[in-house]
Amino acid sequence: MSTKPVKKTLVKLLISAVGMFLFALFVMPPLYDVFCEITGVGGKTGDAYQVSDAGVDNSRTVKVQFVATNNGAMPWEFTPKVYEVTVHPGEPTEAVFYAKNRTSRDMVAQAIPNVTPFNAAEYFHKTECFCFNQQPLKAGEDAYLPLVFIVDRDLPRAIKTVTLSYTLFDVTDRVDESLTQLN
Amino acid sequence: MAHGPAKGIGRWLFTTNHKDIGTLYLWFSFAMFLLGGFFAMVIRAELFEPGMQIVRPEFFNQMTTMHGLVMVFGAIMPAFVGLANWMIPMMIGAPDMALPRMNNLSFWILPFAFALLASTLFMEGGAPNFGWTFYAPLSTTYAPDTVNYFIFGVHIMGASSIMGSINIIATVLNMRAPGMTLMKMPMFVWTWLITAFLLIAVMPVLAGAVTMMLMDINFGTSFFDAAGGGDPVLFQHVFWFFGHPEVYIIILPAFGVISHIIPTFSRKPLFGYSSMVYATASIAFLSFIVWAHHMFMVGMPIGGELYFMYATMLIAIPTAAKVFNWVSTMFRGSLTFETPMLFAIAFVILFTIGGFTGVMVAIAPSDVQYHDSYFVVAHFHYVMVAGAVFSGTAAVYYWLPKWCGRMYDETMAKLQFWISFIGFNITFFPQHFLGLAGMPRRYADYALQFSDWNMVSSIGAFIYGSSQLLFMFIVIRAIRSGKQLSEPKTWEGAEGLEWTVATPAPYHTFTTPPEVK
Repeated sequence: MSTKPVKKTLVKLLISAVGMFLFALFVMPPLYDVFCEITGVGGKTGDAYQVSDAGVDNSRTVKVQFVATNNGAMPWEFTPKVYEVTVHPGEPTEAVFYAKNRTSRDMVAQAIPNVTPFNAAEYFHKTECFCFNQQPLKAGEDAYLPLVFIVDRDLPRAIKTVTLSYTLFDVTDRVDESLTQLN
Repeated sequence: MAHGPAKGIGRWLFTTNHKDIGTLYLWFSFAMFLLGGFFAMVIRAELFEPGMQIVRPEFFNQMTTMHGLVMVFGAIMPAFVGLANWMIPMMIGAPDMALPRMNNLSFWILPFAFALLASTLFMEGGAPNFGWTFYAPLSTTYAPDTVNYFIFGVHIMGASSIMGSINIIATVLNMRAPGMTLMKMPMFVWTWLITAFLLIAVMPVLAGAVTMMLMDINFGTSFFDAAGGGDPVLFQHVFWFFGHPEVYIIILPAFGVISHIIPTFSRKPLFGYSSMVYATASIAFLSFIVWAHHMFMVGMPIGGELYFMYATMLIAIPTAAKVFNWVSTMFRGSLTFETPMLFAIAFVILFTIGGFTGVMVAIAPSDVQYHDSYFVVAHFHYVMVAGAVFSGTAAVYYWLPKWCGRMYDETMAKLQFWISFIGFNITFFPQHFLGLAGMPRRYADYALQFSDWNMVSSIGAFIYGSSQLLFMFIVIRAIRSGKQLSEPKTWEGAEGLEWTVATPAPYHTFTTPPEVK
């Protein structure tokens, strides 16, 4: 009964189904990332920022708050050294977070940043950040983790306060896996 | 005339006959319906009283998850594929489905999918426990190891659905009897054609979602893992891009069934046929652009909330057009109330209630209160059970005499209808109150102030559950010893090609295509 038109329909539909599968796998995740990057939805911040010489906007100040959270059962001590700073837009500012591995085993952590409100995310730049790399700490070891950020001069005037939040994830297993794979 | 069915078990294993495969689908889905129903009984028994009585909370989570998965993918979807297999060739005057061997394959991989899924109940770590929506990271980082069985099960049922849809589209587009233009097709065929396109568009997306889960769990990728740069919210977007069309995949064929039964027992042609077709197509289109109304609480920007709210409320318009058309079909008709008609009328009333609560939860600001509460549970059981399951039951009563040439017991069937109708409403209506009072879904226990309505709901669930055993009894008794029929038309008001063939429907029908004027 598989006549020519039936086969034609079959092939077209099979291609559509495979196409949708590939769309879900290879188009939707990058599309979502691009969408979030453009709109700032989800509060994701960009990668390392190249400083441009736009000057400092001394006419206004922005309050920047720091929040540190441990994800799940992450046992490290993790806090900002200063909880709040007031900056001028365009001014590079340093902030420091403190982390201590309170356990008796060597661990690796990854901090994931998030900016609130979300429409401030695209105006919040980091020139240096411990979150760009994974952070290994030996058992009992502690560290001060530096961060340099610039609030963009174009930050909407309505935004007076920006909250930068870091969530610390335990990625020890993830790193071990990639090491064993390399060996 | 060609030969009849083969003898023995081989008839069912190797069959390429659309009627045999339809029968297999229907029995399989009924078995899954009983299994999913059993899970529901465990849930309601545990919730009969506050405190932990019968099961442990971990097992309770497995029950809610398995109940949802088995009912959606095992009971409702295969039931309507079974109806499609039986009825579409007979309705469009085709001798069989366009791709009969693929038809056999798409059915026979299903039992394996559900064997994989159900076997996890007996494994270490237990069955999936992350809800039927399997949100990451519950289904990835925190999932039991058996999640891999679940993933492969979903892959297999996805493949089955896609093959089934390809078959339906190929049949409808290529094998209609001469003279049957698209706008002369029966409504059930139309709704299934559109449903099949939805399935081909979104089942691969579901397969993509579980594939990403599989890679996150086993191969160190981070699609949904924030620690590696992924985003759990991405999962919800991908899932609901599948999930929202999925609910129309379930309900559109049910609309089709109702659009046959109401005209038959009103003795009037369907009111507004072409508007029905366009309404179905509009619902299908809108289903792709409203998915994030399931995610009002993820922290969307206000513009997103507003867009998804208005787009969702737009769906009420074509849906209301359908409800008004059914009511107009009944208006001034010569109505009789045989069992299929009772189920169809109950469908219209209860589905409309579910539709209204749907508009309520679509309103983003008030959804803050409804979200993840029993109000949502009540809402989607009004559309899934009183919608899809009532429609499926109506379809079985309506076409069973044509399938096996025997009549069911009308008195018992009416009794079964009233027990179902009352039991259903006792079960789910109080859940609206529970949800509005703040009872969250998916917990094995609840605060004391929710005790009374939970007990009422559980009693209703046991009534509704037992009415399904009565349904099984009525159907089996009809098949074995029901009154024999020979008239082509079981119902005097019935129209359509399926009522022109002999009763019971011969093994092969329309080997020469009929002429449609």
